[in-house]
Amino acid sequence: MARNVGFDQNPHYLEAGLESPVDEEGVHDSFSQLIAEQSQNGPPSDTAFELQELQRELDEEDRDNMSVPTTPEQEARGGLRRGRRYPERDGEAEQLSPLMGGRWSSATLRVLSSMPSRTIGRNRGAIISQYYNRTMQLRMRRHSRPSIRDLPHSSRPSLRGYRVELDYNETDARRQDHLVSNLQNLSVSDRVRMLQAMPLSVAEKSQLRRQVLQKEVSHPRSQIPCCSQLKYYVIIAARQAWYSWLSFLHSLQLWQVALKRVGGRFGTGVLSYFLFLKTLLFFNLFLFLVTGLFLVLPQAVHPPKPPAQKQVAFSGLELLTGGGYFSDSVMYYGYYSDSTLNQMCSESQAGCDHAQHGLSYNMPLAYFFTIGMSFFITCIILVYSMSKSFGQSFRIEKSHSMLAMKVFCSWDFKVIKKSSVALMSENIATQLKELLADVNLNHDNKTLSQKLCRLTVHCLAWTICIGSTVACVLAVHYLADHMHALRENPMRNTSDPLMREANLLAVPVVVSLINLLLPGLFNAAAWMEEYESPSVRTYVAIFRNLMLKVSVLGVLCYHWLGREAVASETMGLQCWESFVGQELYRFLLMDFVFTVLDTLLGEFLWRLFSEKVLKKSRRPVFDIARNVLELIYGQTLAWLGVLFTPLLPGVQIIKLLLLFYIKMGSVMLNCQAPRKPYRASQMTTIFITLLCFPSFLGATVCVTYTMWSITPSKSCGPFRGLNTMIQAGRLWVEQLKRVNPRLTWLATAHSYLVENPLFLFVAAGVFLIVIYFNTQVVGGQRKIIALLQEQIENEGEDKKFLIRQLQSTHEKKRNRPRQCSRQDSAC
Amino acid sequence: MGNKQTIFTAQQLDAYQDCTYFTRKEILRLFFRYRDLAPQLVPLDYTDQPDVKLPYELIGSMPELKDNPFRQRIAEVFSEDGEGNMTLDDFLDMFSVLSEMAPRDLKAYYAFKIYDFNNDDFICKLDLVKTLNKLTRNELTEDEVRMVCEKVMDEADMDNDGRLSLEDFQHVIVRAPEFLRLLLFDFHKHN
Repeated sequence: MARNVGFDQNPHYLEAGLESPVDEEGVHDSFSQLIAEQSQNGPPSDTAFELQELQRELDEEDRDNMSVPTTPEQEARGGLRRGRRYPERDGEAEQLSPLMGGRWSSATLRVLSSMPSRTIGRNRGAIISQYYNRTMQLRMRRHSRPSIRDLPHSSRPSLRGYRVELDYNETDARRQDHLVSNLQNLSVSDRVRMLQAMPLSVAEKSQLRRQVLQKEVSHPRSQIPCCSQLKYYVIIAARQAWYSWLSFLHSLQLWQVALKRVGGRFGTGVLSYFLFLKTLLFFNLFLFLVTGLFLVLPQAVHPPKPPAQKQVAFSGLELLTGGGYFSDSVMYYGYYSDSTLNQMCSESQAGCDHAQHGLSYNMPLAYFFTIGMSFFITCIILVYSMSKSFGQSFRIEKSHSMLAMKVFCSWDFKVIKKSSVALMSENIATQLKELLADVNLNHDNKTLSQKLCRLTVHCLAWTICIGSTVACVLAVHYLADHMHALRENPMRNTSDPLMREANLLAVPVVVSLINLLLPGLFNAAAWMEEYESPSVRTYVAIFRNLMLKVSVLGVLCYHWLGREAVASETMGLQCWESFVGQELYRFLLMDFVFTVLDTLLGEFLWRLFSEKVLKKSRRPVFDIARNVLELIYGQTLAWLGVLFTPLLPGVQIIKLLLLFYIKMGSVMLNCQAPRKPYRASQMTTIFITLLCFPSFLGATVCVTYTMWSITPSKSCGPFRGLNTMIQAGRLWVEQLKRVNPRLTWLATAHSYLVENPLFLFVAAGVFLIVIYFNTQVVGGQRKIIALLQEQIENEGEDKKFLIRQLQSTHEKKRNRPRQCSRQDSAC
Repeated sequence: MGNKQTIFTAQQLDAYQDCTYFTRKEILRLFFRYRDLAPQLVPLDYTDQPDVKLPYELIGSMPELKDNPFRQRIAEVFSEDGEGNMTLDDFLDMFSVLSEMAPRDLKAYYAFKIYDFNNDDFICKLDLVKTLNKLTRNELTEDEVRMVCEKVMDEADMDNDGRLSLEDFQHVIVRAPEFLRLLLFDFHKHN
């Protein structure tokens, strides 16, 4: 397959000297010719014959009459000397590496072409020998050691004992036989995997496979069990079933077609947003299933006794405010009973048979454990995906090979639309230019005044951002206080029920407006700054956005948990948890409404405006970072609210589904691909980290604080009458101890492990030590990599030196018989 | 599984399943895509392994390749004769390597071959220049191209022989985790 396409191998060109030695193609021509000759199935004599021909041609031009330079400078000069005879590009000779400058003799070339590092992985024979090695390793790993008879006679085991060195003078056919025999001895799945991963063409692979199967049939092994035929059929049937199951699963994947369309048109950046949405959907699905199964279902099946207030009729406003009809339903915390369901007798009666009427279900305990376990499992899943994503994008070596990576790893073969392809080319060109400019940038050029100027601009932008954030946070705080006072004071309260409901929506609307408008302000502030690189700009934008959202959420949590929960008696609120749950529902809903509005206004109308009025063909750009942060914000709200509103994950699921289709439609219709360079894997790691650390951690801290310290309301919910929600667990453990004295160890374990902070300190200390050790290991690996790179460079120098020595030895050998022959003629 | 198709024998389908990353259904779907390029050339009966080769012009008109600047190299790398004329085996090979299931090593090997314009198993400066020009549609100036090539050689060439071997290339690729997702064709969306 190593065929020269479009190359003129006409020896007349060589003679006519139209090929200069500085012309690399000429050197590679003869080189690849030799390699191609080597891969053919001819005996060595053919190769020797071809080489002799080549040598004759070379001799004819009297090319081997040159002194071999011994130092790089002499080599360069030697190149220049030779180059005087041929057309030469300016400066090309010095740039050419010393290895290419020389015109090696044919004997040297023959040795070079059989060098192990230059043949592995390239021509067919080399691939076969490489895969022979791999199958041998695989067999050894699978403990089915090949017998000595199977090893070729000329092979000698290496020092490590794993790789068997092949004799490189072996012909292709023998190598193929060895590979076939190795493949036979592997298990079926291993063999299939090896075959699939081989870089040969399908025709060659099927030929190999045919040989393997033929040999299997013709040489039955002695230890074949009697029912091997049946086993063979069973294996084949199992494999077919597995393949059809895989293809079924593949077709079942959610939104597969839509995602591929987006990826094809916009590339991996925008695709990562939609994949993140899908991940969040699965998290919420898990939460919804768990809470639905363990909390909602039992409670819905056993409704509590009718409440004191009469049932409110359903009006459409409930969907927005979450109150009214929904307020006394299974949606909120207040609905859940605080006793054991389906238990006919209470505990005070002696001699009560607990299992009398079917399964009894301890609701407070179930509530406590369900919320706890779902958070715990979500934590594990998040940390696992974060570490996996981090491992993929983290690079141990600190080398800066951005340019090579940009050249080889930036073309997205998935993109097939013509305009997107043109855009991608443009993007890559821009990125390469930027990278070049970065590399060539001379930082010393910045004078002091310029640096000061930049610093002041940065300070100004940061002041604007922080100032506006603080202002908004204070505004939210005062508005929430105002609303609180309005609700507290029945005199100032308007009697209009519609106004009352609208008042409930005030804070969510304001917060959503802030989340919508302030990032625009941040972008405007960042516009006047200049950063060293575009990625720094993206990180700063994300940080500012994050700061805003964290502070707003922080003030809201303080308000809910600190004020509402404590002052609930004075307000006449029966159930503060239900109220908080309703608030969170409203926030989630308003967030969704405003996102849809933003999509409509920001993208759809802007596109119409710019096309019709401004007559520009530039479409709005899909801001990935901002949209992902909005998703994370919504998810934080959902996590905060699970304790108070067990059905909130269901609402979030509906919201995410609708959001997916709306965003997909909007992106397809209105947007263009982002022009800034986007490192998808690094950004995905950052987003998952943001999901884990501020978002999930914050939600967990709030929920833990609620469970640990805040008094639940006295008249509603599964924890009424207790001092804290955690007490439910403690009471249960004590009850266990009372009922079943054998389980005292559980109670003691509980008191020592869960209640005692010393255990937590020790566990945290152990984790920190492990992390410290790992960072030391990474530091050591970095040093080793640096050493290895140095070693590779030294080996390269050694190789060049040896090749030059080889060439000089061959020169001397050739010159000696020539001199001898001249002397003979003279003698 | 009684799929009464008469295009391939059962052994042929099994062989294709073992040698590519596709299932039977996907192989048949790809066969029909191959056939759609030239219905009069490709017979519906492959049991006797007819020697049918579609010329490069037809292959290059496929939607996945039509606007790809590397389409000629892709076709050349995967075709048996090196000119871009593909048999069904080559066609399946191409989609198998560029599918989601192919491992990184395999993709790296073929990506190396695609970027190796003169087929000498090394990416030399000339190959790099051609790659760059195809990537950026000749938007970079000559100076910039030269500088980029120099920098890439500096960064990636480990043993300082002035060109990139497969190992150098793999060393660059290993640092780009998104490489697997980039060298990908989706044939699912065109049924």
